[in-house]
Amino acid sequence: MALERWFRRKRPTRGDDDASPAGLWLKCSGCHAQIYRKDLAANLYVCPECAHHERMPVDARVEMLADEGSFERWSGAVEPVDALGFVDTEPYRERLTSVQQRSQRPDAIVTGAATLHGIPVTLAVMDFSFLGGSMGSVVGEEIARAAERAADEGRALISVSASGGARMQEGALSLMQMAKTTVALEALSERRLPFVSVLSDPTTGGVTASFATLGDLVVAEPGALICFAGPRVIQQTIKQDLPEGFQRSEFLLRKGMLDDVIPRSELKARIAAFTRLLLAGIGTAGVVPAALPEAASTEPDDVAEEPDEAIGHDEDEEAAVRAPAV
Amino acid sequence: MPLPFEKSIDELEARIRDMRSFAQEQDVDLSGEISALEQRLVTLTRDTFANLSRWQRVQVARAPGRPTALDYLTRVVDDFTELHGDRTMGDDTALVGGLARLGDTGVVVLAQQKGRDTKENIHRNFGMAHPSGYRKAMRLFDLADKFNLPVVTLIDTPGAYPGIAAEEQGQAWVIAASIQRMSRLRVPAVSVVIGEGGSGGALAIGVANRVFILEHAIYSVISPESCAAIRWRDAAEAPSAAEALKLTAYDLLEQGVVDEVIEEPIGGAHKDPGAAIETVRVTIERAFAELRSRAPDDLIRERRERFRRMGRFLDAA
Repeated sequence: MALERWFRRKRPTRGDDDASPAGLWLKCSGCHAQIYRKDLAANLYVCPECAHHERMPVDARVEMLADEGSFERWSGAVEPVDALGFVDTEPYRERLTSVQQRSQRPDAIVTGAATLHGIPVTLAVMDFSFLGGSMGSVVGEEIARAAERAADEGRALISVSASGGARMQEGALSLMQMAKTTVALEALSERRLPFVSVLSDPTTGGVTASFATLGDLVVAEPGALICFAGPRVIQQTIKQDLPEGFQRSEFLLRKGMLDDVIPRSELKARIAAFTRLLLAGIGTAGVVPAALPEAASTEPDDVAEEPDEAIGHDEDEEAAVRAPAV
Repeated sequence: MPLPFEKSIDELEARIRDMRSFAQEQDVDLSGEISALEQRLVTLTRDTFANLSRWQRVQVARAPGRPTALDYLTRVVDDFTELHGDRTMGDDTALVGGLARLGDTGVVVLAQQKGRDTKENIHRNFGMAHPSGYRKAMRLFDLADKFNLPVVTLIDTPGAYPGIAAEEQGQAWVIAASIQRMSRLRVPAVSVVIGEGGSGGALAIGVANRVFILEHAIYSVISPESCAAIRWRDAAEAPSAAEALKLTAYDLLEQGVVDEVIEEPIGGAHKDPGAAIETVRVTIERAFAELRSRAPDDLIRERRERFRRMGRFLDAA
């Protein structure tokens, strides 16, 4: 379930800006090109050379998705406790304290209200750099509250997952978060408010096996590891090599598990387009959030402001052309 | 094969047997001595099992000879008829489903079946279901709703199977969907963890109105072995991981994860399967007696609230 150590070992230079040493240059974990840190950040943590999608800091993710100045944070009122007195090579309590100090957040998630191309949404963004984005009681509670409040306020829910799975330091209480987040989503379903789940690298274990795959739409970023059991566990079980691209976004798209694989630069526009269409069914005017009609008229401008222009190479220009304008 | 900590119990049992046959062969009266030994056996067994470490409980939960799901099914419910297949691609042998009678009502039952020997274990994939198993569970949940049949699930799995086909067929997707589908059941649902409640693969059929656990069963987010391999980087630390995970029946009761612990016969369910099975039957019947008159909407609401409450945290607000 929690695969954080494995990932840490394999990919020490992944784009989690807060955690890595403050060098000016980073090595792309896809093509190994040296990239100037600021260029990478300006390019949404996508390698300008090979389009490899690095992991993205939570704040940058929120900034990328929310309309400028629209984000209002909801999360942060609940704090984790060490309910089991869990100690491995280090007490859970101490691990929590040190990562909380570093991240300046109580746990591995940020939620809040925003508009996305004018559409009122709730964002729930997981933080892989916080104990591998693992889901314990607080992450589960924040997701549940976000879903319920989104339903109350007539907002769509957009989640961005990045998680090694359930947090084993909270034992079965973490396992139960899978059921908790699932039942909390019912509030949205009952009001027919869209839930778009974005799976980013990596989304594994108890997060994949609960709310993250229960979106009305489930999409992934390119090249993301998405699985129930991690590759190492499977390899140990079956003692064979795994197929090329196994458990990556594109593989899962072919297997029929995803609605689409969407490059980061297009994500905001595509989510907005999806959400508008989901809210545009026959006779659903009653549930369409009030802000929608205005949003439709301002949308072309918003699309032009998409970060595509900051990228400036062929693949991404092509991507910008493909981005639908609903 | 006795478990390591059962050795002295086993030896004492052997001594009592020897003394009995000696008394019979030699026609001497040793009844006083025998009954004293029997008394000692009860005390020894009770003390041993009252003081098991968490890791020892894990071993009891997995003990060969412990009643399996089908052992319970044949006697907890009447006229169990297995229904096969997920209507999409196959029939999973690790997750068994079917119809049965419980008292005067029909029920849908779902049960994770481990093998009672190596051959059956291979056939049952050691109780580890593929996506097909969870798809079968979901279509049987549909059946239960359509015909107003209460649902009984018996949980006993190391976990959902981690394999190539399982991943390709969306193991995570079907577990999530099964959790959701079960939470929406319009009929009463009761789950009993009878052995090993292994993570999401167990929870997928554990979203019930009442969740019970046998005294020596476990329910955990991850196996102690895997937890040790990740957190200690040493699978041999499994006993430490079992302690840290707080995965025993009484731990889970304290955490609010289960509603009630079902006591086992002295020495564990494997010492007296008949008695263990009877206790489970009585518990399930009692739960349904409480739940049967509830309206569907109330059942759904209560089930949702039950799981919505899960977790421990500090709320600053």
